[in-house]
Amino acid sequence: MNIYLDLFLTFARTGACTFGGGYAMLPILQREVVNKRHWSTDEELADYYAIGQCTPGVIAVNTATFVGMKQAGTLGGVIATLGVVFPSVLIITVIAAFLRNFAHIPAVAHAFGGIRACVCVLILNAVLKLRKSSVIDPPTAVICVATFLLSTLFKVSPALIVVAAGVLGFLLRRNGKEAGKK
Amino acid sequence: MMYLRLFFEFFRAGLFAVGGGLATIPFLTDIGQRTGWFTSADLTNMIAVSESTPGPMGVNMATYVGYTVGGVPGSVIATLGLIAPSILIILAVGAFLNKFRNNPTVEAVFYGLRPASTGLIAAAGWGVVCIALITPQWSVSGRNLLVNLDANWMGLLLALAVLICTRLPKLKDLHPVVWIALSAVVGIALGL
Repeated sequence: MNIYLDLFLTFARTGACTFGGGYAMLPILQREVVNKRHWSTDEELADYYAIGQCTPGVIAVNTATFVGMKQAGTLGGVIATLGVVFPSVLIITVIAAFLRNFAHIPAVAHAFGGIRACVCVLILNAVLKLRKSSVIDPPTAVICVATFLLSTLFKVSPALIVVAAGVLGFLLRRNGKEAGKK
Repeated sequence: MMYLRLFFEFFRAGLFAVGGGLATIPFLTDIGQRTGWFTSADLTNMIAVSESTPGPMGVNMATYVGYTVGGVPGSVIATLGLIAPSILIILAVGAFLNKFRNNPTVEAVFYGLRPASTGLIAAAGWGVVCIALITPQWSVSGRNLLVNLDANWMGLLLALAVLICTRLPKLKDLHPVVWIALSAVVGIALGL
């Protein structure tokens, strides 16, 4: 299949399966982009999410642009991004036009009660998978746990955490290498 | 002319909202107040719909606001406005990364970024847990810390069932949307 068409369809499918924001897209991406298409590794997805945290814009869109660009250059990035937003535009336009009270329909509210419970577990599974490639030694374990606590308990801004972790990684690796030389 | 303004307003939201879909909400509130295109009650309804439909929340909200303001062309234009800054910035960052992927400094930075990214995603997951399953409440009485867990037991049970099912060897390779669809059905059946 044409790579551009493949990018568009894969990301459209990913967008259509994403319930509950950019983070809920991670398990779908691991399935569609890492396992099925081999367009990227779990490690690279973690990188894209980290960059998506401290660059402006919707994280799902940022990740789609990255993966598309890696596969097929600038045009690939644009097409993957259009793919990921396509289902949203279609579905929301229909709802906005015909179903003004969509969110207040009891069946919809109950369905989303169930979906939210499920998404918790899917995100947990995705995190456990990411952990394998990102938490590789004691310092990275400390960074991971500290980030979780700073974010949940103290509401520290994700952008700030990402920048601090990058600097920390740089310092740790550089000093580690110098220590190795001695 | 209105379409141009719509594009520009959402371009601005996309450019300055750092940290995902929820970060766009304050910008949307601001757009509503300045332009009078929609009220904050309209916005609450749009957020509810965006949360109850597939797709990234920021994109859903842009589409909804766009449609409200300018029909079908409006929904497309607002969405394109929102994603345009992302695309431009990520293309630039991506070009840089492709060039310096194997640079030791870039590698060292990612060595620190990756676990932080994992921690942030875990924190976002915890946020969903707090909305959907349990509501932890802290209070201090004298020298004792009282923790009160307000739990949604049916939801927890469903989550536990999904957790077990996604670990079964025969079922763990199913597409995640299968679990989402089944959970939606269970949610309707149990009135979650």
